[in-house]
Amino acid sequence: MEVLEFILSVIVNGLSQGGIYAMIAIGYTMVYGIAKLLNFAHGDIIMVAAYTIIVTVNTSMPIGVSLPLSILLSIVICVLLGVAIEKVAYKPLRGASPLAVLITAIGVSYLLQSIAQIIFGTAPKMTAKLDLGAFKLFGVPVKFSAIITLVITVLVMVGLTMFVKKSRTGRAMVAVSEDRGAAQLMGINVNKIITITFIIGSALAALAGFCSIIEAPSVTSTFGSMPGIKAFTAAVIGGIGSIPGAMLGGIMLGIVECIANKIPVIAPYTDAIEFSILIIILLVKPTGFLGKKRREKV
Amino acid sequence: MFKKFKINHYINYFVIAVALIVFAILSFTGGIDNSTTLLLERIAISIILAVSLSLVVGFLGELSLGHAGFMCIGAYIGGKVSALLAQTGIGDGIGNLIISLIVGAVAAAACGVVVGIPALRLRGDYLAIVTLAFGEIVKTLFQNSSDNSFGGLSGLSTPRYNKTTLFIIAFVVVLLTLAVIQNFIRSKHGRAVTAVRDNEIAARATGINVTKYKIMVFALSAAFAGIAGVIYSFSQNKVMYTHFDYNYSIEILVMVVLGGMGSINGSIISATLLTFFDEKLRLWISQDFSKTQLAQFLTTYVIKGDLAVFKDIIYALVLILIVIYNNSPSLKGLREKLNLKKLLSKLFKRKHDPSKVKDDEARWDVVPTKIEMDEVLSTDVVIDDMGDNSADIGERGGNK
Repeated sequence: MEVLEFILSVIVNGLSQGGIYAMIAIGYTMVYGIAKLLNFAHGDIIMVAAYTIIVTVNTSMPIGVSLPLSILLSIVICVLLGVAIEKVAYKPLRGASPLAVLITAIGVSYLLQSIAQIIFGTAPKMTAKLDLGAFKLFGVPVKFSAIITLVITVLVMVGLTMFVKKSRTGRAMVAVSEDRGAAQLMGINVNKIITITFIIGSALAALAGFCSIIEAPSVTSTFGSMPGIKAFTAAVIGGIGSIPGAMLGGIMLGIVECIANKIPVIAPYTDAIEFSILIIILLVKPTGFLGKKRREKV
Repeated sequence: MFKKFKINHYINYFVIAVALIVFAILSFTGGIDNSTTLLLERIAISIILAVSLSLVVGFLGELSLGHAGFMCIGAYIGGKVSALLAQTGIGDGIGNLIISLIVGAVAAAACGVVVGIPALRLRGDYLAIVTLAFGEIVKTLFQNSSDNSFGGLSGLSTPRYNKTTLFIIAFVVVLLTLAVIQNFIRSKHGRAVTAVRDNEIAARATGINVTKYKIMVFALSAAFAGIAGVIYSFSQNKVMYTHFDYNYSIEILVMVVLGGMGSINGSIISATLLTFFDEKLRLWISQDFSKTQLAQFLTTYVIKGDLAVFKDIIYALVLILIVIYNNSPSLKGLREKLNLKKLLSKLFKRKHDPSKVKDDEARWDVVPTKIEMDEVLSTDVVIDDMGDNSADIGERGGNK
């Protein structure tokens, strides 16, 4: 019975945690594939979403109104923020040294964190209204939040895969990530595609923010950095630039984290274990699981 | 003996040595206060870190996001050694310091070798994420260490070195670091390293042992980061793992990048200035700015947090603006108009000589980093460069 409980809780919690990572990792990987930059500010967009949700939910509105409103509001704010960051910080540097873009991204991340810290202070901001409770499944307590996260993740993944495969814009995205110059010659508006990428990435970050906030409703200014770094490693494990790779990497990481957290001896070392797995996988398969091998120019 | 004595190569030693002597005299005559010596210690640590990271980022061309991890190893191992030595007959004097420095450097260098091995198979973003992961792993390990080994959550208690003389020792170490790293760069090994940066395949083809040099650079860079860590542990009563987080690695990287990739002097200058302004800005905000009407207005209506965070906002904004100004392709015209060197040469009526390029100075726009954003960017930049395009076509038929 204990084994069954263990497996069931690992599956449910690991998948939901992995789903959060996957959603963030998709944002990283899409931006990397299309705009060729590591958007270090991505994790902080999650933080902005989380603050937005908590502030909205903590108003005097009834929860039935404020919760949907907060999700909508967080998506809108994050999308606007993501696009603004792209236009102000990254667009002037298109064609510049990749390291310069990376440093700017780091600067943006720093800026968002400090602004959040100055507005909300260092103490964590919390809410009691988002505790959704739990139910028993075969004797194992399962949080409703985990189920909601799972549903959102599945919807997002199916939707995104359909979007990329079937829609004109989605295929234009694939084209831009394959060869930007050729895509431009074929009449694709590269700037528009990059903006759309940031919109999708930021919206997913907002959803990921919502999912993590119903899991643990407490936000600080560095709320997004650790999930951000971990999602980034998930994207790299799956092969950066590949959307299915990000999903795979995220879910793998979530399950590993869940298993490690369940075993008391190694639980404090969870982070170290996750990062060691990253290093080992990269050493064995340097482009990640589903990443494309790049030709080396002589 | 000095066949090619170039004053440019030695000017940084002179400047630092003069500064050191001035401050040492001031310190012995009681001319500087406690906060200044603390600031000087911080500046020395920053310089060592920036110069050693510059070796990896600027000269080997690999991005490292885990420099604080090496420093962490130095601080913890060196700090532990010094704490143990202080209990024995050696005491907490200069002998203790030297032994700790050596042990810390060796421990960090060993880890540098470990990180250097993935660098043989990975490059660019992938290597960057491995170094980042390394830094986090190190932090987690020390965080979860037991109380009587490395202190765990409460940090490791280390002996605090004599406050008035530590900064002098720190600056002597800075001079040593410079001597080692600059001589390394100007030796045949250093030339080999820059060759690997510029074109790894070509370097390999000319018989350079790429494996050896990559690991060598990682180990050397890590060793000096470890030394900086040991000095840090001597400047504190307690070493906390929280100090060595990912943001700290980024801060060091920012120093290197703002100073100019592949320029040691640039790293020294930016490390000094950033540390200096970091401290001064904090003081200014907490003392002068907080008394102004604007600050009162902000704290009553807008801000819940500490006013000191304003420092970080200014820091981030300046960083973003400087990088965009320095690198944006569309601002190239403006940059050339406002070029300081050109303005100066106009002022002194000296002719600009484009053939005079300093030998170990890499330019921003041509720095070859291994984060290959590959073909996409190259089509943007060299669309009319027939030579490059034909090479591209030829390569497709080749055996790669």
